[in-house]
Amino acid sequence: MENIQDTQWPLWEVFIQSQPGTPYKHAGSVHGSDKAIAMQNARDTYTRRNEGCSLWIVPSSAIVASEPSDSEMFFDPANDKAYRHPTFYTMPEGALNI
Amino acid sequence: MTQKDALFNYTLRLADDALILGHRLGEWCSKAPILEEDLALTNIALDMIGRTESLLRYAAQVEGMGHSEDDLAYKRAERKFYNHLLCEQPNGDFAQTMVRQLFISHFEQLLYTELMKSSDATIAAIAGKAIKEINYHCRHAKDWCIRLGDGTAESRDRMQKAIETLWMYTGELFEADETDEWMQEAGIAPDLKSLAGPWKTAVMDVLSEATLSLPDAHYMQTGSKKGIHSEHLGYILAEMQYLQRAYPDAKW
Repeated sequence: MENIQDTQWPLWEVFIQSQPGTPYKHAGSVHGSDKAIAMQNARDTYTRRNEGCSLWIVPSSAIVASEPSDSEMFFDPANDKAYRHPTFYTMPEGALNI
Repeated sequence: MTQKDALFNYTLRLADDALILGHRLGEWCSKAPILEEDLALTNIALDMIGRTESLLRYAAQVEGMGHSEDDLAYKRAERKFYNHLLCEQPNGDFAQTMVRQLFISHFEQLLYTELMKSSDATIAAIAGKAIKEINYHCRHAKDWCIRLGDGTAESRDRMQKAIETLWMYTGELFEADETDEWMQEAGIAPDLKSLAGPWKTAVMDVLSEATLSLPDAHYMQTGSKKGIHSEHLGYILAEMQYLQRAYPDAKW
């Protein structure tokens, strides 16, 4: 396997905003020789069915991902700390959304 | 020729450009250099087919013979097709397809910007929808032409060859005949000659950034406005119309 070379262009991660003001969500990735071509490819691949109103693309190499081996250390300690959820307050009368 | 005939002819010309170029671009499906470009080219093809549908429907309505848009697409003879010769030229390599896109999309950008002001409400509405797609087609072609022209020795060479191959089909874009004069008089379409200068400037801007050049004075091909085509259109129609010709009115 180590002889197989990646002949593709650099990889870019694509994030789409579905409506103004909402957070960008990861949609997938595309290849692109540079940022302008990658942006067009992202547009053509991911926004053909009205998915969004704005795009971010980021070089995949710029993404820093957590290591699966760190998962226990990183995420499990939060399991038994229900008090971190703001569910222990009494809702003031008349407040609709908190 | 009455104004109705002229409007029918003119709408067919707009429609046939979109139909034939859409068919050509569709030929890239599954054959483009990379997956993402495959999607890009077929997306553009679908923009073209969508525009064709609106235009042929309107043409059929103007004609008033009870034809549908499908009749006009699939049952019309080659000599009754009026797309520019440039649209029917083969895809060639990717460079040739991109040069064809550069020439046509910049022509369409100028033409459809004017058509948005058309005195014919249907054509103005179709142009209003199409211009957004065309602006993207221009961007796509421009970005590729710059990268390939100002790329490797081979990509530059292929681009320059593509320009030499296709340049002779560009003169026809700005030719006006009786139909065009009728349209211009009625405020339906612009003076084609007035688009030639801005078109050349727009194309030259891209080509000089791409370190490419236009050929010197060149003999220009002509004929499509009279329904006279290069040998390529017949093959396109044979493939496109085969089913409806062999099995008339076949349905899914």
